[in-house]
Amino acid sequence: MDLAAVFTLEILYSIAVLVLISAGLAVVFGMMRVINLAHGEFMMMGGYATIIAVQAGINVYIAMLIVAPLVVGVIGLVVERLVIRFLYGRLVDTMLATWGLSLAFTGAAVMIFGNTTTGVSTPISGFTLGAYQINGYNFFIIVVSILLLVAAYAILRGTRLGLVARGTMQSADMAAALGYSPDRVYMSTFFVGSALAGLAGGVLAPLVGLVPTWGSAYIAKAFITVISGGASIVLGLLSSATVFGLVSQTFTFLSGPVIGEVALLVAAIVLLRLLPQGITGRFFKGRL
Amino acid sequence: MTISRRTILKSAAAGSAVLASPAFIRNAFAADPIKLGTVFDISGIFDAYGKPIDMAVKLAVKQINDGGGLLGRPVEHIGYDTQSNMALYTQYAQQLTRQDKVDVVHGGILSASREAIRQTLRRANTLYFYNIQYEGGVCDRNCFVTGVTPAQTTEVQIPYTMEKWGKKVYILAADYNYGQLMARWIQKYFKDGGGETVAVDFFPLDVSDFGSTITKIQTAAPDMVYSALVGGAHLSFYRQWAAAGMKSRIPLASTTLGVGSEHLVLTPEEGDGIVVCYNYSPELDTPANKAFTTAWGEMHGAETVPNIHELAVSNYQGILLWAEAVKAAGSVEQAKVIEALDGGLSLDGPAGKVTIDPKTHHATLDVHLMEMRGQKLNVLQSFGARPPIDTQLVCDLVANPDDNQQYEIKI
Repeated sequence: MDLAAVFTLEILYSIAVLVLISAGLAVVFGMMRVINLAHGEFMMMGGYATIIAVQAGINVYIAMLIVAPLVVGVIGLVVERLVIRFLYGRLVDTMLATWGLSLAFTGAAVMIFGNTTTGVSTPISGFTLGAYQINGYNFFIIVVSILLLVAAYAILRGTRLGLVARGTMQSADMAAALGYSPDRVYMSTFFVGSALAGLAGGVLAPLVGLVPTWGSAYIAKAFITVISGGASIVLGLLSSATVFGLVSQTFTFLSGPVIGEVALLVAAIVLLRLLPQGITGRFFKGRL
Repeated sequence: MTISRRTILKSAAAGSAVLASPAFIRNAFAADPIKLGTVFDISGIFDAYGKPIDMAVKLAVKQINDGGGLLGRPVEHIGYDTQSNMALYTQYAQQLTRQDKVDVVHGGILSASREAIRQTLRRANTLYFYNIQYEGGVCDRNCFVTGVTPAQTTEVQIPYTMEKWGKKVYILAADYNYGQLMARWIQKYFKDGGGETVAVDFFPLDVSDFGSTITKIQTAAPDMVYSALVGGAHLSFYRQWAAAGMKSRIPLASTTLGVGSEHLVLTPEEGDGIVVCYNYSPELDTPANKAFTTAWGEMHGAETVPNIHELAVSNYQGILLWAEAVKAAGSVEQAKVIEALDGGLSLDGPAGKVTIDPKTHHATLDVHLMEMRGQKLNVLQSFGARPPIDTQLVCDLVANPDDNQQYEIKI
């Protein structure tokens, strides 16, 4: 019984992590169709922003939830102005450009921080559930992910801002004709996407030993989750993260971490074979 | 003959350099310097290992030269940084032998880098030292290994932890050559002591989420966890283990943690109480180590002393050992130096006595059981003169001097 509860919690945690690492990419790639291969490096910078802020004496929650997204958001803004805005609608070009950016960011991080592993310790202590000890921080990550999804849904669905953003992505000319500047909408959407990546990096930083190459471990998973999710941003993210979290954790638990990673990839291949348009291309079609 | 302005400037510069240099160099100016070549990853992803090694090499060379050099000649250090790029190892090894014509090469960090250059140096008849702890089994008369091999450390670490904590072990290891072999050694020594392995889990090097593993470990309820995890991503395990509150429930031992000064990255809450076993700790309370850390602090700054790790000290000892051999041989010729080293040459280094075992060209070393406490590796117990028994099982260079391979050790 205890084991079942712990196992359920691990699965929820795994889903939450996938949501968190893919949210920024869902905005930048899912909405804007910009293949951002530097997504992992945005997360890495969020992690470093958090650690530096904590070392400077800022409260760890403020560092994770405010400093990291802001710093990375601003970096994303600069990147958008200098590079991405010239490449909208050119998939392969954005891919090459952001790949170069990811190498540059990793290199810069190596120069600034060195290759030594750094980190902050987890702010929430573990607790006992029956015969098991559980990492209390898992709950925090689950809560952050839920809030993130709810907020994304509310903003995209309920506010004028979300409507304008979605409309611009669908038809920039029409939005311009109605008096909205696509340029500014793209800019701010990219800012939000980068900030979400920064948030993911910040929130995951206390769980890991951070190195400049850290982001590369997540980039594949983030793309798999977003692509398998399909056209709908929030529902797609949630549904594919659920499938992959469930599959990878079950196999990790039954066998081992290597098999868990393999199972995730196999699940993705099978899923995309059956549903080439992603989960929301078939189910929940047209929903947000 | 016309004398250009450049030639005059050049000779003037050379002349003033002679006047400004310390006495021994001026004395030795007539004699050619002895050339010591090194190849290490000083930058790139392995720089946490390579940087202190480079500092140790510089210290060793400086101390040899301050003491009058070797055979009345100064030692010149020619070092290359391979930038954590395996391809550069071969290139620089060839440059060292063909162009720089060095008398000895110390170098390589990963086993892959050693295997990349070992044959080149053997063919070029250039003496080679690999001064790093590794998985054991290299059998090559031209190659000397002064780092510890698995059996030297785990053979004393496991009986200690078994007596202290119990008989059931859960093993976590990195999923490559080193981790796979280490996991087998750990299982063997537990079996020898009447213990039992409840599970072995291997992790790809980039896995950084250990949540379900931590649950699995609790389900298996072992008496202790042995970790042969490697690198930055795997450091996450210790952090998540502490965050789950497991530190007080199941004790940890590791065969890798601390070699790259990881204990300085983990907080005391995360690291305290983890038992490790290595050849060196900066906390070793011996006169030789005091003198070493003081000299290091004077040359590189006292704040870098906690960063000194086993790999750096092995290289320092390796170079001094080579220097002793050159003195004993009275020559830098490869054959004569090998002969001197085979004669059971030994050295009292910062980590204790180092003796070359003529059968394997590995070193007999002291090892120290240590416990992490307050971001330090505190020595619990020391074991003198541990021979490289794993490599001795497969390698005998006295009987087969032409042997040249890395044996896979059967356990």
